[in-house]
Parts: sequence; structure tokens; C-alpha cells
Amino acid sequence: MRRRQIILSLAGVAGASAFMLGLGAWKTRNRAVPNPLLPLPLTSMDWRLTNHVGQEVTPADLRGRPAMVFFGFTYCPDVCPTTLLDIADWLEALGSDADRLTVALITVDPERDTPDVLADYISNFDPRIIGLTGSMGETACAAADFRISFDKMPTVDGDYTINHTAGVFLFYANGRFASIIDFHEDRRFAVPKLRRILA
Amino acid sequence: MKNLLPAMAFLLAAPMAQACETFTSGDISVQQAWSRASIGTGRPAVLYLEITNSGAMDDALLGLTTPAASMPMLHETTVTDGVAAMPHAASIPVPAGQTVALSPGGFHGMLMGLTAPLVEGEKFPITLTFEKAGALDVSVDILSMRAQEAACDDAK
Ligand SMILES: [Cu+2]
Repeated sequence: MRRRQIILSLAGVAGASAFMLGLGAWKTRNRAVPNPLLPLPLTSMDWRLTNHVGQEVTPADLRGRPAMVFFGFTYCPDVCPTTLLDIADWLEALGSDADRLTVALITVDPERDTPDVLADYISNFDPRIIGLTGSMGETACAAADFRISFDKMPTVDGDYTINHTAGVFLFYANGRFASIIDFHEDRRFAVPKLRRILA
Repeated sequence: MKNLLPAMAFLLAAPMAQACETFTSGDISVQQAWSRASIGTGRPAVLYLEITNSGAMDDALLGLTTPAASMPMLHETTVTDGVAAMPHAASIPVPAGQTVALSPGGFHGMLMGLTAPLVEGEKFPITLTFEKAGALDVSVDILSMRAQEAACDDAK
């Protein structure tokens, strides 16, 4: 039973309405003021991170191809593997078109997710997914540009987990923000959203 | 590459689809209990399963223990304003006549402090505690890191 695909949570509905209201405001304002709920266009972002093979990556590197960006961490047992496996399924559904996408996981746990740790972890999912990490400051900068939040929470075993924005952000090749695929969203909507940025 | 050999050994050793094992105590039965292979013991692992209450009285899952982890716990993944969290679930209701799933993105067993790596193809025991049905021992199948649902025959 795949419960999360059936239940559209109240939070999801509220989030979707807020998103649509936000989109309306965005359009009527004719892009004059960035919307606090939505990621900036990649062209206005300003972060600097390191990928899983140790190379520096900036927003400019994500332009020129449609991009799918999401936040997570490798010590995340439920939400992140679920998202990664969904993404692997979407890439498979897109066939060879998926090769034209940039797919990036930005870790919200840079202390544990070094480039090597990211490389080892994402190799279990799809080789087209790149992992991005940085210092805490660099991560906070990326989070601010994407308008996402993350919050370290202690766990009973003396360790910690991280609450974080779970949506997947889609961008057109020119860097313009396209849409969000919510965590609990019906997967039938995901692939059409991806086709739109690939068109 | 290092994950490939155990996986191949498993393929040779057992057919992929086997019948789902059901574990019963009173009116409560549990099936399709599975987890994912872990990378070492540093990261918390998950546990998913289905609980059916065939009785006329509501019951609830209150907790679990397992030799596989020093700190197992029930969690519920929630998404509020797009932000995912997984608070502790003090109890998971299992209403009379219903089936409740611990499944990806929802309720799950969170296995903190793994005592050994979870190896694909192996199993580990857990003991679930229900409010009315009491203790129930269940065997959990360890599937691949890419598993999205139970792999046994009547898995939906
Ligand atoms: Cu959890």
C-alpha cells in the first residue's frame, strides 16, 4: 500500500494554495519583487558549493540545461530515499530525454555529507544525480536562494536528524523557476512537469 | 561495486518473489515487513510493514524492540508548509477491521543504533507491542537499498 500517493495531506493542500496565490502575485507583479515563497531564478542566485567529485559548482553551472534540484541528506532514512527512488523512476520514465536534465541533491547536512560520502551514497540510486555540499555558511546561502528551510533536531540516541523542505524544484534551461514537485504529490503529475521543462 | 556480490549471491540463493509471511497474535496480523540494506551502522535504518486488525475492537501499535538496533522507535513523516519532519509516534492506531501500513513517507519504524549492517537478502527479528494484542514477533526481510515496497508475492 503506497499511502503517501493516496493521501493528499491538509498541509499539501495549504501548501498548494499558498503556492498558487504566490504564483498569482508573482505574475501580477511582473517579476518586479522576488516572491518569498519561491526559489529565485538561477540567474539571481549567488551560492557556491562543491560537487561529489570535489569540483566547485555555482548556479551558472546549472544553467543551459533544464534542472531538477532538491535538498536532503544521506543520514535521512525515510523521506530522502523515497525522493531519490521517485526521481530514479521519473528519469527512467523520461527515457533518453532524462540525459538532458541536470539533477542535483544539495545536502542540508554538510558536516556529515562530505563529497566522498555523497558520492558513495548517490551511486546507489542514479549516476545522473550529482551531490552538492559546502560549509555551513555556503549551505545556508544556497538554502536562502532556494527559499528552503532546514533545522537540526536532536534524536534520542544522541545523534541528530534534520527537518528540511522536501519538494523538488524544477528550472528551465534559461534558469527561470518552473515548478515544485511536492513530496506527497501524486507521481502522475511529476513526469508531465518534467516534460514541460524539457520541451 | 561492493554491493553487487551479496546481491548476486542472494539472486542465486533464493527466487525473488516468495510468499508473504504473516505473523499473528489474537486479532492482529502483520505482513510484508521489510527494510532496506544499510551502508554500515552509522545511519538510522527504516522498517515498513502492514498491520491488519480482524477483530471487533480497536487496537494500537505502541512500540517495538529488536536486537538489530539499540534505539528502535515509531515515527511518522509529516510535511508542513513543504518541510518534512518525522516526530515520534507514541502510538499508531489500528482500528477494528482495518489494515494500516507503515510505508515510505508515512509511519515507519526508525532503527537507530544499528548493531550490525543490514545485509540484503537476510532477515532480522522484531517484537511489536500492541495495546490489546500484546507482543508479536515478526521477521523482517532486508531488501535492496532501492526497494520501494515489499517483495513478496501478494505485496500490493
Ligand atoms: Cu524516522
